Amino acid sequence: MFAGRAFGHPGETAGEVVFNTSMCGYQEILTDPSYAGQIVVMTYPHIGNYGTNEKDEESQRPYAEGFVAREFSSISSNWRSSEELESYLKRHKIVAICGVDTRALVRHIRSLGAMRGVISSVDADPDRLMEKARSARSMLGCDLASWVTCKDPYAIAAPPRDPAEEKFRVIAYDYGIKRNILNNLLRIGCDLLVVPASTSAEEVLSLSPDGVFLSNGPGDPEPLGYAVANIRKLLGRVPVFGICLGHQLMGLAFGGKTYKLKFGHRGGNQPVKNLLTGKVEITAQNHGFAVDPDSLNSNEVACTHMNLNDQTLEGIRHRNLPAFSVQYHPEASPGPHDSHYLFDQFKRLMLKFRKYQCPSEPI
Amino acid sequence: MPKRTDLKKILIIGSGPIVIGQACEFDYSGTQACKALKSEGFKVVLVNSNPATIMTDPELADRTYIEPLTPESVSAIIARERPDALLPTVGGQTGLNVSVELAKSGVLDHYGVEMIGAKLRAVEIAEDRRLFKDAMTEIGLQSARSQIVKNMAEAKECLSAIGLPAIIRPSFTLGGFGGGTAFNTEEYEFIVSRGLDISPVHEVLVEQSLIGWKEFELEVMRDLADNVVIICPIENFDPMGVHTGDSITVAPAQTLSDKEYQQMRDAAIRIIRKVGVETGGSNIQFAVNPENGDLVVIEMNPRVSRSSALASKATGFPIAKIAAKLAVGLALDEIPNDITKKTPASFEPTIDYVVVKIPKWNFEKFKEADPTLGIQMKSVGEVMAIGRTFKEAFLKATRSLEKGKTLTSEKVFPKNLDHFLVTPMPERMAYLHYALCADWPLEEIHRRTKIDPWFLNQLKEIVDMGKRLQEHTRADLPPELLRECKRQGFSDQSIAELLRPAGGNGVSEIQVRQLRREAGIRPVYKRVDTCAAEFESHTPYLYSTYESECEANPTAAKKIMVLGSGPNRIGQGIEFDYCCCHAAFALKEAGYETIMVNCNPETVSTDYDTSDRLYFEPLTFEDVMEIVEVEKPDGVIVQFGGQTPLNLALRLQRAGVPIIGTAPESIDLAEDRKRFGRLLQDLKIPQPQNGTALCPEEAREVAAAIGYPVLVRPSYVLGGRAMSIVYDEASLDDYMRTAVEASPEHPVLIDRFLESAFEYDVDALCDGDQVVIAGVMEHIEEAGIHSGDSTCVLPPVMIDHVLLERMKQYARRLGRELKVVGLMNIQFAIQKETVFVLEVNPRASRTVPYVSKATGIPLAKIAARLMTGEKLRDLGFVEDLRVRHCFVKSPVFPFNKFPGVDTVLGPEMKSTGEVMGVADGFGIAFAKAQLSAGLRLPREGTVFVSVNDRDKPGLLPIAKDLQSLGFRLLATGGTQQFLERNGVQSERVFKAGEGRPNIIDLIKSRKIDLIINTPWGERSRHEGRAIRRAAIQHTIAGITTLSGAAAAANAIRTLRRENFTVQSLQEYHHAEESQRTWLYVKG
Repeated sequence: MFAGRAFGHPGETAGEVVFNTSMCGYQEILTDPSYAGQIVVMTYPHIGNYGTNEKDEESQRPYAEGFVAREFSSISSNWRSSEELESYLKRHKIVAICGVDTRALVRHIRSLGAMRGVISSVDADPDRLMEKARSARSMLGCDLASWVTCKDPYAIAAPPRDPAEEKFRVIAYDYGIKRNILNNLLRIGCDLLVVPASTSAEEVLSLSPDGVFLSNGPGDPEPLGYAVANIRKLLGRVPVFGICLGHQLMGLAFGGKTYKLKFGHRGGNQPVKNLLTGKVEITAQNHGFAVDPDSLNSNEVACTHMNLNDQTLEGIRHRNLPAFSVQYHPEASPGPHDSHYLFDQFKRLMLKFRKYQCPSEPI
Repeated sequence: MPKRTDLKKILIIGSGPIVIGQACEFDYSGTQACKALKSEGFKVVLVNSNPATIMTDPELADRTYIEPLTPESVSAIIARERPDALLPTVGGQTGLNVSVELAKSGVLDHYGVEMIGAKLRAVEIAEDRRLFKDAMTEIGLQSARSQIVKNMAEAKECLSAIGLPAIIRPSFTLGGFGGGTAFNTEEYEFIVSRGLDISPVHEVLVEQSLIGWKEFELEVMRDLADNVVIICPIENFDPMGVHTGDSITVAPAQTLSDKEYQQMRDAAIRIIRKVGVETGGSNIQFAVNPENGDLVVIEMNPRVSRSSALASKATGFPIAKIAAKLAVGLALDEIPNDITKKTPASFEPTIDYVVVKIPKWNFEKFKEADPTLGIQMKSVGEVMAIGRTFKEAFLKATRSLEKGKTLTSEKVFPKNLDHFLVTPMPERMAYLHYALCADWPLEEIHRRTKIDPWFLNQLKEIVDMGKRLQEHTRADLPPELLRECKRQGFSDQSIAELLRPAGGNGVSEIQVRQLRREAGIRPVYKRVDTCAAEFESHTPYLYSTYESECEANPTAAKKIMVLGSGPNRIGQGIEFDYCCCHAAFALKEAGYETIMVNCNPETVSTDYDTSDRLYFEPLTFEDVMEIVEVEKPDGVIVQFGGQTPLNLALRLQRAGVPIIGTAPESIDLAEDRKRFGRLLQDLKIPQPQNGTALCPEEAREVAAAIGYPVLVRPSYVLGGRAMSIVYDEASLDDYMRTAVEASPEHPVLIDRFLESAFEYDVDALCDGDQVVIAGVMEHIEEAGIHSGDSTCVLPPVMIDHVLLERMKQYARRLGRELKVVGLMNIQFAIQKETVFVLEVNPRASRTVPYVSKATGIPLAKIAARLMTGEKLRDLGFVEDLRVRHCFVKSPVFPFNKFPGVDTVLGPEMKSTGEVMGVADGFGIAFAKAQLSAGLRLPREGTVFVSVNDRDKPGLLPIAKDLQSLGFRLLATGGTQQFLERNGVQSERVFKAGEGRPNIIDLIKSRKIDLIINTPWGERSRHEGRAIRRAAIQHTIAGITTLSGAAAAANAIRTLRRENFTVQSLQEYHHAEESQRTWLYVKG
């Protein structure tokens, strides 16, 4: 039990409690659909200092179930701000709490693993709250992507650019896609069709895209058997690029296994080594599950990226098929831009595939 | 990338004496670099002129040279040592400048020395404003509109393009020296001409003023594999217009959205790549327009800086240590993070607390100085505090400053409110506080100060909390409110001041403490771990806060706690930090667990490596007591950190804290004039007649009984704060009215001033019974000049053997009588044949590092062992220590930072740092020390002499001496006539009012090589000051005392006979007959 002061929407909320170590970017975190079902604890104590604005929305609305910080700012101070965090949370009915020893909470999660929790401003009875936390839904085995995916496909055309530059038709699976991923795909010249998670491979292939993108999304990849089956059908027929949940699904489609990390990686300072170049990227991450590298057939799949903090797998590519994915978030937002190059890599892969129908890109 | 194996021996250049803009943060960085390179198996050669540094401890490098940081002397060291590489990036601007000169003059190429870390070209791009600006434009980054001008005509011409206000920055000066902001044309022309004059290349940069923009700094690391990480974004509380060294700064940045921060981060990475600094530690400053987010690059330091030290302490990421390893080829991902052990250094620290740094100024020592803060740094030190919120960190930092006042009790003049809000000055915070208390709207305060509303709102929340407190008395204070106050960072003291008195009784700090403890409100300790608790921390680097979980996890080991010395200030600087570090080193060696408490981010003591456990906390009774209660140390050392911990000693002891070493009662006895006087009488040791006074009337009586002139000062201060020589009753009254504030609880001390006496400092070790004299230092300047400002020599060169022995005898008697355990410092004065004791300080003194370097014996280490109960005899010390060579220590003054301030020395200490010259004889040692202090003694040329009547007889032999050395003598009227009457020919030169060309003209046109000018007294003070200021500005050796002049003449005589040689401390102390390199020094 951590006693604090209610903030944002009064009420009660339950979910898996996770922590994020980014020192700024709270609005992007709140609106990242990957946080669906989770209560997010910010390790940085001051949250809300620069308010909120429309441009920092990563989706239509906040998806986090609840929000925890040491101190929420009572004012916002930034030229970009159009609304203070408190009224923003209220408007979106997000229950939040402040004044708690967030570091103690983080250490608790770190030592015992991500766990379910409840925030309440209406019930202060410890036993009842404990019961509510216990009965909160677990992430394991739960298809959260189907909650957050778009209902209908929608198209976004790439912004006008030099006619000499190549354009691509890319279909993006929305398992909970972030706006900045779309922005980056647009940046490299993709005309996008964003489709619901359940869209079949046949439908996708019938549109003869230049590439398929597998988005990030919340929760456990395993229950998404239908998505894995679709990806298997796409592999080799079209270049595929996956991020985060998309990466885990790719791993499953390659025949690998995924597992739940003790408390996940959430923050903007995770060092990832590109095993092909030897360079270190500082990456934005948000995942609670990972692909087990030992479960992959190393004759077919190459490990391309590794987390230097805990040596977990951060990126793979197929040796013979035009498909690669990363566990982290090259689109950042929030976080460092070190890994933007991966979008350009996707572009090169599509170019090459278009030109030679080359099955694989030697990266 | 593997470590380079082609390099074997690496030269590190230190930063020289502590000056404004370059303080002990470079001892911290240099020390880290030495340790890092040695641990990687390299041979390290170190040069630094500052003996008070840890880096110059002989065990840190393989060869340690305490020599002038001039190209000549460093190239002599290179010629001798033949290093493979030079690391130029850890010795501040001084180290970098010397390295650049050596590279440009071809010395490095000649000896095949490679510059590692940053190549010459990268340094040039970063340091040359024009090249830097072009580079920024090439990578699409904005910099301030600017133009470089080389004369006034160009300056006038470019003004229309730049606009007013404009910033003027002289090229290649340190800490923004000589620059300024011009708001009108007149001011513009004045600052430009001054800047052209000061710049060594006679050029200034005229730049668009970004006053009021938000200011940020990023600390960037890069390795040879081109991996780049940002260690920490720092936001300045004071917006653009105030030098970052004079700004309150906050880590991490508070008011940037991720989009803005990432834009800045991208820019920083592009900049370090473009400039081509190979391996990090670089510091990049940005300005952000608060209206639209426009990002402008201000500058880049291609080396570790003051901000790197701050960022290291703020995050736990040791920038200098890692930078040194990167420079020899290791990649970031090959270096482990010391704190987590399991993760690599190739990451970006994230923090779950707020860090606030507040500068400390010493304007009270420079009455004539302009306290307005601008682009030239003026602060002498800083404190840092860590809290879970900005408010907590801010309030902790405020009390770390040791101002003796809380924000609430600070004096303000409401009439001047507007002025003090608009114009940044040290007092601004008090006025901000006042305005917030008076319920000024935040927009109004923001409009005047341009401080970001977020910060203002934080301060307002502090003020609001204070107001809530004011509604309560001690009796009806709800515990929840008390808890909330403590959580916000309020000290017990300030809560006591804010609570409403009940029944006419004020509330004391102790009562609040009691209340708090009854309610169970106690701090917990959290760890600084670089990762916001994502990984386990293996390094106990702790700060207090009021939260639920404590991570201190004290051990059951035998442990000793060392209280540090707080912020640097004139009179209490790096020397005390040196002693504290040594205590930690010695006790660790002796098997104790060591605990350091300090709040100064610049120091080696606040490196998490120095002691086993580090508490980054204010040095107040409250904060220290809480740590003591958590750690339960077996002993607490208060005698190494200067006056700061000593002031707490008695209170701590009464609260049951086991103070080890000299008993606080003895310390108190030595400070208590009356009791101490009786003790000296009993011991039959002469003391200048003296008395104490609490009011002007009493002072008059005492002074009349003693006879004028008298020396007056407050008790319990260091550095001669408010110390003065008073010649008559009127000045005494004046003094008593203004000085009492200096230390309200203690009386003013009045001593007979000994005219024409010479002073000696004696440092001794004592174990309660035995006394070992460590060193007797002879002051060059006569009595009346603060010992910290006096050049001194060890061993003494002029003293009579009998008197020397008598001093030692007195020292022994005093050490035994005061039952000193540890270190003791005694100041003696010898007038004719009488040895007087001026004062006894039963604690480590400012001279401990100097004596340690001269004797080769680490005094503070020995002292620490004595405090744990060991005896001198057991440690192998029975005889007084001997000094084989000649060691001269010279002070370094901040006068060049304070235009208009007179450079005359007196009983109040004004120097910020010190240097040491070592040689076999006095002449060369003195000349080396002078050179290190920035004064090049001429071998020939023209000497200007002008002295007061009292000094005229004494001038005669010096003038003769100089003349016989071939110098041409110039003198003002009176002096010239006097010399002529006594058979010394000199040429008369006009004073400023007497005609042209006058002496100032001659100085400016560099026709003078040496100036001997003693103060003429109040009447012609202005004239003397003009001469002395001109000397400073044109870096001509200026001497203001006769004894100093005599020493200079002596040194010049030796200089003409022999040349400088360089030798390492290791060789001096092993007395090896080594091959000397002869070095020619230009006259």
